[in-house]
Amino acid sequence: MAEILFFIAGTGAVAGAVGVIVLRNPFYSVLSLVGHLLCLAALFLLLRAEFVAVAQVVVYAGAVMVLYVFVVAYVGGDGAELPAPTGAPYVEGFGSPAQIGQLFLGEFTLAFELAAFLLLVGAVGAVTLSRRRGGLEGSDVAPAARLDVRRPLGTGTMAEAVEGRLPPGEPTDAHERVQSAGGGPEETRTA
Amino acid sequence: VSITWYLTISALIFCVGAGGVMVRRSPLVVLLCLELMLNAGNLALIAFARMHGNAEGHIFALTVLVVAACEVAIGLGVVVAMQRRRLAIDVDELRTLQG
Repeated sequence: MAEILFFIAGTGAVAGAVGVIVLRNPFYSVLSLVGHLLCLAALFLLLRAEFVAVAQVVVYAGAVMVLYVFVVAYVGGDGAELPAPTGAPYVEGFGSPAQIGQLFLGEFTLAFELAAFLLLVGAVGAVTLSRRRGGLEGSDVAPAARLDVRRPLGTGTMAEAVEGRLPPGEPTDAHERVQSAGGGPEETRTA
Repeated sequence: VSITWYLTISALIFCVGAGGVMVRRSPLVVLLCLELMLNAGNLALIAFARMHGNAEGHIFALTVLVVAACEVAIGLGVVVAMQRRRLAIDVDELRTLQG
């Protein structure tokens, strides 16, 4: 039984790996990698690594692959003597979450903390890299001008409200929209 | 099943991944092939853990999993930034570093 499962999962893992690099469409490559990861999780289960198998499915086939699919859709296109090779005798609790937890929080605390810090750095780095900087790129329109709304006549500035008091040197045509020198809001003036 | 077969599968997957990194030009597929190589390493680690009956290999594999997740986050962030700056999505075209 184990041999049959190993054959199926091993063939699937290798076929998925080949599919990743052979398929032209990156979307199909990602789907092929998902199949590869599931087969690999089955191999992990055959090796009695239940916690790693579950983590593999949840982290990889769940979170990471969803991220991949989104980006593909966004970007588009394109010493000691070895024991017998059949393995050590299986003891109860090998590879269980309890054993993993004891190892992680006991002997490998440094690795655990480093992994947590690395995840934090990864999250911050991803946000920093994909952040937009300085408004819309590729657009030379100043941000204030895009927010401008045409106002009715006579509701602009105080100088407009007091009749005829326009600043010197500015055009006085009716309905002409003048942008002030300081980049302030536009005004609609009457002659 | 002998542990040797697991190691054979692991070596095959690693070779496929390494070949993909060298052959393919889209950074997305290159990242996928890096995942393949890391997973092949994981499989070897788990197989050795089973062989010795020692779960410390599982700790190594989980750490590799964390490294791979961070690498994907950063790598995909770089790809999105490239796309936004309208750079070519092609690792052969990206030969220069700028401040």
